[in-house]
Amino acid sequence: MRYVTRKVVLFVLTFWAALTLNFALPRLMPGSPLDAALGNLQANGVQVTNAMRDAMAAQLGGAEGNWLSQYFSYLGNTLRLNFGTSFSFPTQTVSHTILQALPWTVCLVGVTTIIAFVLGTLLGVYAGWRRGTAADSTVTLGATLFSAFPPFWFGMLLLYVFAFKFQIFASQGGYSPGLTPNLSLSFLSDAVQHSILPAVTLTVTSLSGWVFGMRNNMINTLGEDYVTFAEANGLRSRTIALLYAARNAMLPNITAFGLSLGAVVGGSVLVEGIFGYPGLGNLLYIAVLNHDYPLMQALFLVITVSMLVTIFVVDLLYVRFDPRVRREVIA
Amino acid sequence: MSITATATPPPADGTAAVTGGPSRLPDGLTPILFLGRALRTLWSNGKARIGLVLLVFFVLLAVFAPLIANHSPTSTDFVPYQNPNAENWLGTTGAGNDVFSQMVYGARVSLLVGLSAGILATLVAVTLGLISGYRPGPTDEVIGFITNLALVIPGLPLMIILAAYLPSRSVWTIVLVVAFTSWATGARVIRSQAVTLRTRDFVTSAAFSGERMLRIVFREILPNMTSLVAASFFSAATAAVMAEASLEFLGLGNPETVSWGTILHFAQQQNALLTGQWVLVFAPGLAIALLAVSFTLINFGVDALSNPRLREKTS
Amino acid sequence: MRGLVSARGVNVVYEPNRGARIWSVRDVDLDLAEGEFVGLVGESGCGKSTLGFALTRLLQPPGRLDGGSISFDGTDIASLSGEQLRAQRRNGFALVLQSGMNALNPVRTIGHHFGDILKAHARDGDDYTRASIRRRGGDLLEQVELKAEVLDRYPHELSGGMRQRVVIALALALEPRFIVFDEPTTALDVMVQKAVMNTIKSLQASQRFTALLISHDLGTVLEATDRLLVMYAGRIIEDKPSAEVLTGVHHPYTDALLGCYGDPRAEVVQLHGIPGMPPDLSTTGGGCLYADRCALARNGCRDSVPQLAPAGSGRVACFVRAPAPNARSKSADPQTEGQR
Repeated sequence: MRYVTRKVVLFVLTFWAALTLNFALPRLMPGSPLDAALGNLQANGVQVTNAMRDAMAAQLGGAEGNWLSQYFSYLGNTLRLNFGTSFSFPTQTVSHTILQALPWTVCLVGVTTIIAFVLGTLLGVYAGWRRGTAADSTVTLGATLFSAFPPFWFGMLLLYVFAFKFQIFASQGGYSPGLTPNLSLSFLSDAVQHSILPAVTLTVTSLSGWVFGMRNNMINTLGEDYVTFAEANGLRSRTIALLYAARNAMLPNITAFGLSLGAVVGGSVLVEGIFGYPGLGNLLYIAVLNHDYPLMQALFLVITVSMLVTIFVVDLLYVRFDPRVRREVIA
Repeated sequence: MSITATATPPPADGTAAVTGGPSRLPDGLTPILFLGRALRTLWSNGKARIGLVLLVFFVLLAVFAPLIANHSPTSTDFVPYQNPNAENWLGTTGAGNDVFSQMVYGARVSLLVGLSAGILATLVAVTLGLISGYRPGPTDEVIGFITNLALVIPGLPLMIILAAYLPSRSVWTIVLVVAFTSWATGARVIRSQAVTLRTRDFVTSAAFSGERMLRIVFREILPNMTSLVAASFFSAATAAVMAEASLEFLGLGNPETVSWGTILHFAQQQNALLTGQWVLVFAPGLAIALLAVSFTLINFGVDALSNPRLREKTS
Repeated sequence: MRGLVSARGVNVVYEPNRGARIWSVRDVDLDLAEGEFVGLVGESGCGKSTLGFALTRLLQPPGRLDGGSISFDGTDIASLSGEQLRAQRRNGFALVLQSGMNALNPVRTIGHHFGDILKAHARDGDDYTRASIRRRGGDLLEQVELKAEVLDRYPHELSGGMRQRVVIALALALEPRFIVFDEPTTALDVMVQKAVMNTIKSLQASQRFTALLISHDLGTVLEATDRLLVMYAGRIIEDKPSAEVLTGVHHPYTDALLGCYGDPRAEVVQLHGIPGMPPDLSTTGGGCLYADRCALARNGCRDSVPQLAPAGSGRVACFVRAPAPNARSKSADPQTEGQR
């Protein structure tokens, strides 16, 4: 059980560190965090109301008392999901706003990450197996180019071509205006329609990481003795490519899965913003544009925690793929 | 990028300093000479060569911006919302700026941010990676935990929070923010290489002969991971170019700076896509992409140096 | 008469995309008779493993065969590729790798390894169900003195010696007629080395496959084999019955190797290193490549390449010790026995 225990301890520690970082960041900045935030608001010509000042003070854990009591009241508020009120959406609590947006992002980022992982891994296996051929160069150079596209820019280009020029897809939102989210077939197909452009953007721009990683791992495993020995025993080249080389090359990529998720989530902030997609990224985009500090900090925390949970789950799933770890877990 | 510690025979043409075999900088070898050799080795890799050419192009653009641009990038004397024409080669912005001149001057900011944030992030990565790799035990555990933390916290949201709270909005703020958030991958790679090198004979013998830790780390270990350091520099620089564009696009940079990111920011604010001014969006994004491609291509060459299995076949 | 395995003029060149080309195996002629157990020794880097890989058609880029022919049971295998080559590996030639530790796929059980091999060579009428694979795998494991329960294990759950035995059992699965053992015991500790070598010896004795044992350990090779080949700088420089190696005429290099080894039966063992460095294998010049380290070298030694020629009970490639009939013979002195 050592593997699992280690992962759980690490998860709890990282979770706590992320909470603390979120608390400390505004306080580490020069001056009082509240003044800094208010100063920024005023510098951008926003009228600061008393309600806004109170909301921000509450979000920052209450400006009263020493930092220790502020810290504990912050921890208490956070664990009760009490993030105060945002001033972009003054009629509802921050946690309510976030809860509404969460499923959209989980679906969009989840689905695109899985598609990118599967597609990128396959392409990487192919390029590594056919190393040095024209096919390999095409895949590698294509992936280099796509990885260099800023996701939000690629999204804007797709928007221009497919929504404005040819009007194949809707340009904004997660569903057509006038509909209320529900689980009916007509609503779901409308939602899928709306999510195609952002999904393509995220998939295409995050694909290359998997391709490069898998290609390099493939080339490394192809140099391993067990591949040479398999060849010496006359195994079919498909068996060698998939069950011997690719199967082992995949292991480091699974570990990297969680980490690369961060890039996709980061990219999704701007992409959701561009497409007005009703997820967490769009909320963060709105929060930044409106200088909505309570919403911003709560979102940072939620995004970080969702990543931690995903990485934790992937770490546990890894056990299924590596017998060296699996036996240790069962024993 | 995957790095394995493979023992490689040193190549015959004297480029041992950038490969895996034990090597140290000879005392007579000046850094410039060393850089020259590294560049020559990179040049022999086809992909890296394209990358170097692209990079040189952007550097020339940035250095000679006043000679290349036909207008001042901040002048607002032109008719706004113009499509490309003889006077304004890439059209004008809604505020009446010449887009072509802004593009040329924008290269300065992107290169400045990319290179300096890359250097800063690499310095942090090398320092933490080496210390943690050479000092097993509590030091390694603590640095390892911080590195992991920095790895799992999503970069762009963290950058956004940092940039939103920082009172100053200069380019250097962005450099600091980007450097602060993109050192972790490099630190992890360098740490694992330092761990393998620590147990090699030439390091052990140096340790037994009573050399001080800092001397061993910087004289014996560091010269043997030149290519790893270069690789983490170019990765960090790529990340920095992208992050800078993202932050400025969000309006978190200084709106008075002329950069590719701010061109995109104002293009989005002025709904350039709806008004058909797609060049305003296309040009700066393409420039960012090409600069990032150049760094990535150079990194292919660096990667192939550190891992002989990745070298291209000749035939 | 040509043997089961017969190589003529085999050259292997390594062509890195930077730096010098290296000729790792040079003009090797080799005949191995059916059922013969031959040893191949030499310093590390002399090309002995490369020759083993060439004979089993497993060279990887940047290494490649550069001229020469290799025939196996009358078929020229040097020109085969793809499916034809793969088909030759059933009842053909096999390789037991140097580092048996890494020769097994870490994510597959030993049973899967057997299944992969047997299914890859299944012919019409072959029955490769799960049960029959287990039966066959169990039999093979028994031959290398392992229990059938090893089938359910992953490689990392086995000891180094057990893994090496598994590798041998896997190589036997296709009933090969020729097996190259490339340093099969080097990675193991001494007691296990002995046991694994004994297994290899008894397998060879009972199944009568042709075996080529590659090792840098002269002692191990002499105890196990019928015939000894000594390799230096890519060339075979001596060929002698193993039983007669401790006596008789030798190539000066073999003398030096024997000096390193030390006869266990001798009362006082004097060990000597070999002076000088192994030669640079990127050179293409003629002449004996050992000349620079050789105490007996004379003027003519650097002019042309010495060929294997009869000397005592075997053959030696040396102008001094075995003046070939076609080579310059004026100053040769074959009566050097006893100088050692």
